[in-house]
Amino acid sequence: MQNNNKTVHSGHEPLIRIVKRDAIPVWKTICIYALAIVLALVVCGFLIYAIVGLNPIRVYISMAKGAFGSEKRIWVTLRDTMMLLCIGIGLAPAFKMRFWNIGAEGQILAGGLASAACMLYLSKGMPNGLMLVIMFVLSALAGALWGLLPALFKARWNTNETLFTLMMNYVAIQLTSFFVAKWEHPFGSNSVGIINQSTKIGWFPQILGQNYLLNVILVLTLAALMYCYLKYSKQGYEISVVGESQNTARYAGIRVGEVFIRTMLLSGAICGVAGFLAVAGASHTISVDTAGGQGFTAIIVAWLSKFNTGIMILVSMLLVFLDKGALEIASAYNLNSFASQMITGIILFFILGCEFFIRYRIIFRGTHKEG
Amino acid sequence: MTQFISLFQAAVFFGTVIMFGAMGEILTERSGNLNLGVPGIMYLGGIASLASVFFYENMTEAPIPALCVLIALLSAFLASALGGLIYSFLTITLRANQNVTGLTLTIFGSGVANFFGGSLNKLAGGVGQISVATTSAAFRTTLPFANSTGAFGSLFLSYGFMVYLAIILAILMNFFLTKTRAGLSLNAVGENPATADAAGINVTRNKYLATCIGAGISGMGGVYYVMDYIKGTWANDGSIESLGWLAVALVIFTTWKPLRSIWGSYLFGILFWLYYYIGGLTRSTQEIFKMTPYIVTILVLIIISLRKRRENQGPAALGATYFREER
Repeated sequence: MQNNNKTVHSGHEPLIRIVKRDAIPVWKTICIYALAIVLALVVCGFLIYAIVGLNPIRVYISMAKGAFGSEKRIWVTLRDTMMLLCIGIGLAPAFKMRFWNIGAEGQILAGGLASAACMLYLSKGMPNGLMLVIMFVLSALAGALWGLLPALFKARWNTNETLFTLMMNYVAIQLTSFFVAKWEHPFGSNSVGIINQSTKIGWFPQILGQNYLLNVILVLTLAALMYCYLKYSKQGYEISVVGESQNTARYAGIRVGEVFIRTMLLSGAICGVAGFLAVAGASHTISVDTAGGQGFTAIIVAWLSKFNTGIMILVSMLLVFLDKGALEIASAYNLNSFASQMITGIILFFILGCEFFIRYRIIFRGTHKEG
Repeated sequence: MTQFISLFQAAVFFGTVIMFGAMGEILTERSGNLNLGVPGIMYLGGIASLASVFFYENMTEAPIPALCVLIALLSAFLASALGGLIYSFLTITLRANQNVTGLTLTIFGSGVANFFGGSLNKLAGGVGQISVATTSAAFRTTLPFANSTGAFGSLFLSYGFMVYLAIILAILMNFFLTKTRAGLSLNAVGENPATADAAGINVTRNKYLATCIGAGISGMGGVYYVMDYIKGTWANDGSIESLGWLAVALVIFTTWKPLRSIWGSYLFGILFWLYYYIGGLTRSTQEIFKMTPYIVTILVLIIISLRKRRENQGPAALGATYFREER
């Protein structure tokens, strides 16, 4: 009888069982991530070889050249990393409280529009320093307004924020095309052109002879502030409680709606500042491509780094490196620059997939100890 | 009258693209998977159909139209379903976050499609402008009597077969979701996977199937866009992406009901093209007008959340990962 019971039991035991891990040492986590990235690069290598017949290792070397090949390139890579990082910093608090702000794209454009408007209408006789401060504040306000709307409805009526913020992106894009058509210069070009090219009012000044050093300083400061805000402030703690469980938060006396609104104001404001960076610190113009999909990429940056702004720097660096590298391959081998999106997609799939092995343990039949 | 007819036709052309996208996504979301990869999937479908037919037309002297259509539809369905499979594997088996995985799929799909779309010509050995004339013509063949029946013909008969296919599919899907056992099981999975699991429904299989088949249907939107809307060419202008997001918006607009996607999609089409038919708009105010589909969607979203009627809410477990041992 006992024997019979045992065979039935082992017959029902599945081949693979999945168990949640309690904790995992840091080195193991790093190894899993590294393995995933290497695997992804190998898959991409095969793909590159299959499509264009090029030696993937040489392709990767020329990618590195594209991103870090000269001092100028390093600075451009750095500038774009900072842009992506800034958006990621903006999204981190919202995502940490499980508020799906897919609307960074629109918040960036709102901020960018505010910056461009300042440069166009206020630049007469304005000192550059004061101008930059005004632009910073107005961009942050514009971005905050764009983030506030979905948060208000979420707080009051629990309106789905994922889709609301997504739609706000397109409202912002159309608003931008409206202003691009309005500010068009020269007439008929359907673009705004470089604003204040001669006076350089509202442009980031050079620091130590570098065009983009101010971008780096500004964003790294924001990163440090955000790290402290999330980790050490009371409001940061409230955000993580709301993110873990809204019911727990309510039970603990946290006004969840208020946290939603406050955090989205902050999140939108920082994304608006990213728009300011894009306009005043990089392109000196505005177009519907000013955000250029980075609002979506930054979501992945924020998510993968678990809202830790330090790790965010590494992830944004990796993604910008891939992008610059792919541009270089595209021009070197006369290919199409969209290869970068393909490679980015594959690497992200692998990183997303590997997180499973960090959170769960797989037990095969017969290998686990009894008791 | 002619103005109205041409607006209606433009709306149907436009609407059919997003209708396919939305129907696929409705099926996916009914299983509780919020797949934000719809734009990427539509890209995959579009490029797969274009590439396969392109090589077929270049290989043979006299391509057979029916075979062209079959190749286009089949390859697009497979490519899109493959996109859905990547998403399913990551979110269902590996339990990755749905929003992030979906967005990655969009990045991946648009990268693959634009990469191949841009280099198809070069890969094929430089044959000039990519164009799949035979296939596109087959896709755009209208119903008989379209030209001889006046306004009625122009309004209802003057489209390629995929327009009618979309309508038939919506009716079939409605029947499947409301009347069949499998459809009701699928709803149960989307509403409460733990309960469905306890009732003996295979949650994993339902989610996989709904997501992959849903992706395949969404991909048809890409095929229709490439073959009919832009007449068998390729443009790296990102328009499939914005159409894909509109398809996601349409899912909300229809409150997850396939039948409503028929008139909903045409209404979106009318809203999108209306600026073209209203006199006195300048180039800049036109852009303001093009906001309407998005603003309407936001309003619908708000109204749904205000009224809180049970039949208008999305699947309760939408966006949540299911892990049997987690409570």
